[in-house]
Amino acid sequence: MKLKWILLPAAIVFALWLPFGLYPAVAVEILCWALFAVSIDLLLGYVGLLSFGHAAFWGASAYATGLIAINWDWPFPLAVLSGAVVATLIAVPVGYLAVKRTGIYFAMVTLAFAQMVYVIANKWSSLTGGENGLQSVPRTITDNFYFYYAALPIVVLGLLLAWRIVHSPFGRVLVAIRDNPSRARALGYPVHRYKLLAFMLSAFLAGLGGGLFAMGHRFVSLDVLHWTTSGKAVIVVVLGGIGTLWGGVLGAAIITRLEDFLSFSGFDQIGLVTGGIFVLAVLLFRAGVWGTLAKIPARLSRR
Amino acid sequence: MAQHIFNGLVGGSFLALVALGLAVIFGMLRVVNFAHGAIYMLGAFLALSMPSFWWALILVPLVLAAGGMVLERTLVHRLAKLDPLYNFLLTFGLTLIFQDLVKWRFGVQSTPYPTPGGLTGSVDFGAFDFPAYRVFVLAMAALICFGVWFLLSRTRVGLIVRASTERPELTQALGINVGRWVTPVFGFGCALAGLAGVLAAPMRAVHPLMGADLIIVVFAVVVIGGLGSIFGSVAAAFVIGVLQALSEAYLDSALVSQILVYLVMAVVLLWRPSGLFGREESPA
Repeated sequence: MKLKWILLPAAIVFALWLPFGLYPAVAVEILCWALFAVSIDLLLGYVGLLSFGHAAFWGASAYATGLIAINWDWPFPLAVLSGAVVATLIAVPVGYLAVKRTGIYFAMVTLAFAQMVYVIANKWSSLTGGENGLQSVPRTITDNFYFYYAALPIVVLGLLLAWRIVHSPFGRVLVAIRDNPSRARALGYPVHRYKLLAFMLSAFLAGLGGGLFAMGHRFVSLDVLHWTTSGKAVIVVVLGGIGTLWGGVLGAAIITRLEDFLSFSGFDQIGLVTGGIFVLAVLLFRAGVWGTLAKIPARLSRR
Repeated sequence: MAQHIFNGLVGGSFLALVALGLAVIFGMLRVVNFAHGAIYMLGAFLALSMPSFWWALILVPLVLAAGGMVLERTLVHRLAKLDPLYNFLLTFGLTLIFQDLVKWRFGVQSTPYPTPGGLTGSVDFGAFDFPAYRVFVLAMAALICFGVWFLLSRTRVGLIVRASTERPELTQALGINVGRWVTPVFGFGCALAGLAGVLAAPMRAVHPLMGADLIIVVFAVVVIGGLGSIFGSVAAAFVIGVLQALSEAYLDSALVSQILVYLVMAVVLLWRPSGLFGREESPA
């Protein structure tokens, strides 16, 4: 328990220091992916549902946020929040259908619906700009260094929301559903409704991340909806540690930093490296970085 | 009309062969092989390096079957006792690796592949002329689907595989080595995807991402048909192929024909969540 009071200030100091130590643009990217990863872990770690289509919510919010900023010029936190609401609304029909299946089918169904969203965005070019995407999304805080500190509170609020959900009575029911759906149902919990609500909350968090991502980059491309984006988010979660919540933040920092390093050194086959790391993580390192680190204090105290 | 239905069946052939391999592997191992699309893509690229189309048609499935068996022994097998999601994740990672290896070696542009000699003309069916190569693709797909059905339902090997799928422990107790069949079945499924890739090479652009686009449609197809049911998966593949071709021809909207499969999936999930031919999962 004492460890928590060392780690928390350390994390706050680290988050405040980050844009000094890295390119501010990379630091902003880490923030966005941290939210995205936590949103996936909320489902995977606490409801046992692997969504392989979260790019739909991340991307839909990125487009919505970008369009709101371009057309109406709202202040950026409001635009991001609206984007997240749009993502949540899209999650209603997708989640309603997807939670009818579990396990591997859930992954396939979410992946398929996300691909549908991708195709629609690609074809509806009058709204989304098609292959060109949305160019020059306006932003009042032009410097990435200052934008990082503007985005940080939104991300922290998002992470707190996730933490609150997991540690609420609602979150305990989700874990009960994960561990024994039949018993949860027998105890009178409407399993599907709980799963749908968790799915919507998760989409909201992914949407917050996606909206910030759009503002951070000041453009939106079709890539935000592509299945590889969903896949990358899952990689981040597995690497960080499934069911650890903060592992996703750590995984986001590692993967983003690594990809930045690779593209900086002119290596194009990023998928080769992330895919390789992912395969090794799944084979040998399933607890993830956070899961492995979390075991150390317990092991030390046993001695 | 007949023209469009024919083209739909040809398009459905590729879906069916890939879905068939996916369903066979799923039946035996309870693993959904994400890399199946990448293996289809590898099949097409291997065809490029073979002396002729006919050699490719024989050798590429053999090579990929061997590769698949190595994959099963070295990687997939290690996760067999865990939640099947881990193998889904593993094969997803492999997909990224395969794709980037091919991109590295061949670049991202698509490579044309000539229609094999002897299949360049068209076949006359009375009122209609169909391109000979497409007729060949459809005939091959039909033959293989029939062959697999025959293998599974009429031979001793099929009996063992079906028994191991339904009741692995009981089959084991009856003195059949279930574990011995897992690796060949995985290899066989990979061979089917590779064969589909070879067949696709002359008709479609050979491209590092050709499998990724296909596998997502196949996932939707097997959700519609019910992955546990091999017949359902194949039937759904052909039906979706025909519906896509018809919607492309008559609705004049690329959007509708491309999202049609997902709309059908949504309706099926609403009406029969376990798939048209699937069995009920345990309620959850």
